[in-house]
Amino acid sequence: MLKKRIIPCLDIRDGRTVKGVNFVNIRDAGDAVELARLYAEQGADELVFLDITATIEKRKTFARLVERIAAEINIPFMVGGGIATVEDVGLLLRAGADKVSINSAAVKNPSLIRHLADAFGSQCVVLAIDTDYVDGEWRVFTHGGRKQTSLETMAWAREAQRLGAGEILLTAIPNDGAKQGFAVELTAGVREQLSIPVIASGGAGRVEHFLEVFQRGRADAALAASIFHFGEIGIPQLKHYLKEKKVAIR
Amino acid sequence: MIAIVKYNAGNIRSVMNALERLGARYMLTDDETALRKADKVIFPGVGEASTAMAYLRQRGLDKILTTLEQPFLGICLGMQLMCAFSEENDTAGLGIFSETVKLFPSTGIVPHMGWNDFRTVRGPLFAGIGAGENMYYVHSYYVETGSETSAVCEYLLPFSAALQKDNYYGVQFHPEKSAGSGQKLLRNFLEL
Repeated sequence: MLKKRIIPCLDIRDGRTVKGVNFVNIRDAGDAVELARLYAEQGADELVFLDITATIEKRKTFARLVERIAAEINIPFMVGGGIATVEDVGLLLRAGADKVSINSAAVKNPSLIRHLADAFGSQCVVLAIDTDYVDGEWRVFTHGGRKQTSLETMAWAREAQRLGAGEILLTAIPNDGAKQGFAVELTAGVREQLSIPVIASGGAGRVEHFLEVFQRGRADAALAASIFHFGEIGIPQLKHYLKEKKVAIR
Repeated sequence: MIAIVKYNAGNIRSVMNALERLGARYMLTDDETALRKADKVIFPGVGEASTAMAYLRQRGLDKILTTLEQPFLGICLGMQLMCAFSEENDTAGLGIFSETVKLFPSTGIVPHMGWNDFRTVRGPLFAGIGAGENMYYVHSYYVETGSETSAVCEYLLPFSAALQKDNYYGVQFHPEKSAGSGQKLLRNFLEL
């Protein structure tokens, strides 16, 4: 049976992990490669590296890091952050990334999704949607959640699929960081409308939240950052819990 | 020396990385002599079937790849190209395997993307790998099951996770991205 995926997300600045990481058995918590290796060994199903500097000169630093990750890590990984062109994506895929996520650039220019799918295949094109609930509707936000757009989330997700996106990374802004659970209804709603996988992001605080988003939210994968980085939930512990609850887990 | 077949289908980097992690020596080549002399041949691939086949025929690689005698491993699209026929743009394949490549039904999420286990596994590639182990898949087309099927995976329907005929092996999943289980499979191949 196809398994639900658990995906830790690492924020990267200048080639180093950003958030304080609370691990005793790691020499350099700022070294993304070392942290990635640890997560892979613990059973992470996939990894996400988000380049939060994302300026042109820093892009090369990031690409070099991607090369090191690809050399060391034997599970799939996605990279994202400020990616705007077919050239950006080509650089990162050649460096060894399996998937690339795009966000603001796709809102500005939706045909970018089609260009990327044609050039590299849908399987490596992930559309990231940051969404917030405004006036009774889930709206798409860009620029790290700072800028509201006129797009409605369900409609944008459907359009992205039509244009050739291979997966949706759905982050609920009100849930993100609150540790009160994923946006389960939103995830289920988006998942219902699509025939491509949905990664739920934002809100993980307890193991029960993952169960909820997999069962009621029907998410194909769930992403979290700080609870893993600070050791609040261990990946082995989370997977053990989900297996006991009969969720299909590797 | 492992020869990786050089052609126009991508994702060769991750295979090279996996071989480096295993300490294997490899070269990327489309040269007939180098391919025939190699101890093992790996035929990776991500992309579209008809474009890849047209390229292989144009370079005369179709004739070479079908007449090799050492252990040969096709990965993902590589395995699909080793089959007789693909529904992907109605493409005639290399015909090493007799099975047909079909598009997954639209009743589920396509591509089949993520980790999946096996219904059955057999053969030397799977030594020490049980049916309960998971491998990483990304594909929209699948190979039907047949007499050459050596492992069966189930997604929407049962399909060939692996094929074997004589010295020719194919796997639908990506062993190079399948953590320890994939590493075991690659090591088994290197030790054939």
